[in-house]
Amino acid sequence: MSEADGLMRLRLPIAVTYNWSAGPNATSHLAGLMEGKLIGKRCPSCSSVYFPARNGVCPKCARILAEDVTVGPKGTITTFCIVNVPFLGQKIKLPYVAAQILLDGADISMQHLIQECEAEDVRIGMRVEPVWKDRSEWGPSMENIEHFRPTGEPDQVMGSESGAS
Amino acid sequence: MAELCAVVGVGQTKHAACRADVSIAGLVREAVDRALIDANITIADVDAIVIGKAPDMLEGVAMPELWLADALAAHGKPVFRVHTAGSVGGSTAIVAAQHVMAGVHGTVLTIGFEKQSDGNAMWALSVPIPFGMPVHAGAGGYFSPIVRGYIERSGAPKHIGAIVAVKDRTNACKNPYAHLHEPDWTLEKALETPMLWDPIRFIETCPSSDGAMALVIMSEERADKHAGPKAWIHATAMRSEPTAFAGREQISPRAGEMCAEDLWRKAGITNPAKEVDVLEMYVPFAWFEPMWLENLGFAPRNEGWRWVEDGVTDMTGSLPVNPSGGVLSSNPIGASGMLRFGEAALQVMGKAGEHQIAGAKKAVGHAYGGGSQFFAMWLVSSDKP
Repeated sequence: MSEADGLMRLRLPIAVTYNWSAGPNATSHLAGLMEGKLIGKRCPSCSSVYFPARNGVCPKCARILAEDVTVGPKGTITTFCIVNVPFLGQKIKLPYVAAQILLDGADISMQHLIQECEAEDVRIGMRVEPVWKDRSEWGPSMENIEHFRPTGEPDQVMGSESGAS
Repeated sequence: MAELCAVVGVGQTKHAACRADVSIAGLVREAVDRALIDANITIADVDAIVIGKAPDMLEGVAMPELWLADALAAHGKPVFRVHTAGSVGGSTAIVAAQHVMAGVHGTVLTIGFEKQSDGNAMWALSVPIPFGMPVHAGAGGYFSPIVRGYIERSGAPKHIGAIVAVKDRTNACKNPYAHLHEPDWTLEKALETPMLWDPIRFIETCPSSDGAMALVIMSEERADKHAGPKAWIHATAMRSEPTAFAGREQISPRAGEMCAEDLWRKAGITNPAKEVDVLEMYVPFAWFEPMWLENLGFAPRNEGWRWVEDGVTDMTGSLPVNPSGGVLSSNPIGASGMLRFGEAALQVMGKAGEHQIAGAKKAVGHAYGGGSQFFAMWLVSSDKP
């Protein structure tokens, strides 16, 4: 409690734990992660491959996603951010690179951490691969991948993909 | 056919990092009292109240509209809550206007607010998505890669964001309600500020603010009998799209383009850059000024940054953008969109004070929210359509 001009301000905690029904699509994604597999879903209408398929449907076509597709493990950086700002709940040492990675075979990028190179050397079009944690630490989470690192392959020319989702 | 309506009252709080002198209810009441006084009416003249704010997680108060009903003297009146993330101030004003356009109510009070100092927005916007990788760092972390994509695609020089930031911070010094009053920024000093979410610098980010905005909207029948300046609402538009889908254009989202196209069509505008006198646009990160100029159809694709560099968007330029100082100078999130809409109204009412653009007849208010997925706009004018 602090007082300014005789008026009280109370500092109070807030915390929530909750249950999340993953549904069939996220379940296959999470079950895959527990076996070290990257499993996405293909839209039966537009053929776009979603990884992860968070929703049960293709956001463009509203068709139900059913077909499993294994993607990656390598991918290409479509864009990125170098995070220098500390914040509550943060788990990673600053500065770090949060990159949008388009996994091979997927049609939508996902965000992950880039390590094993200097932040200023990260580029749009850079090829990267996952570095998995020890299997004993795996759970139903993308955190099973500790980070992605450069593969050393030539950069991919992104063109209109640059900065895209 | 929708009925014509007008803004007849505008009231906002002094925006600040921490308004410890008031509760959320007191903050909201401050804006409401000013709007009612500006409209020269009392709460008894109001038929309905439409209130909006950004996610409840920002303050940790769920459904604040329920307990705010007391502060708003809403007894016996319909109260509606709107939520569309950061665009909510804009969409709330539109929902309020639509109650009048539909002929349901004659006088509607609408309010947008946020008391950021009561919570922690960076935390609220960085809550891990279930079982995802926790690399996401607030709104800046979300929008920074998109800004990088714009810079790469448009070939914009890296100092463009800082030009926008210095302009908006300088404009804010003419707005007594603005949170930040920092008259001494130069481009050189701005470029020395640290990169927070590279390529977004400290100067190029909005502050966290406490604040509220309230508007009184009246039907044509009532507004015609009402003394004082009015901002006639010529057109409103809203569009949304999913946050993430394959092939999504993130730099210039299709929903934003559609929202603007709809607004121009409804308002009979064929050349927005020539026909709009002043633009209050939602720019929480400086680079979004050139990006939205393109998205809304003012500047050609990849050319928005040249307009910034050429001073087109300065107070003295041909298309002044954010003479109020914009979101970059005050960001009570749930109010920020309504501040854009209300500031546009003030301009055509001739009541913008020191940041008035002389002779402004047509003004546009714009807001966006979420992962650039909710868009809201209106066009107001000193004249009836």
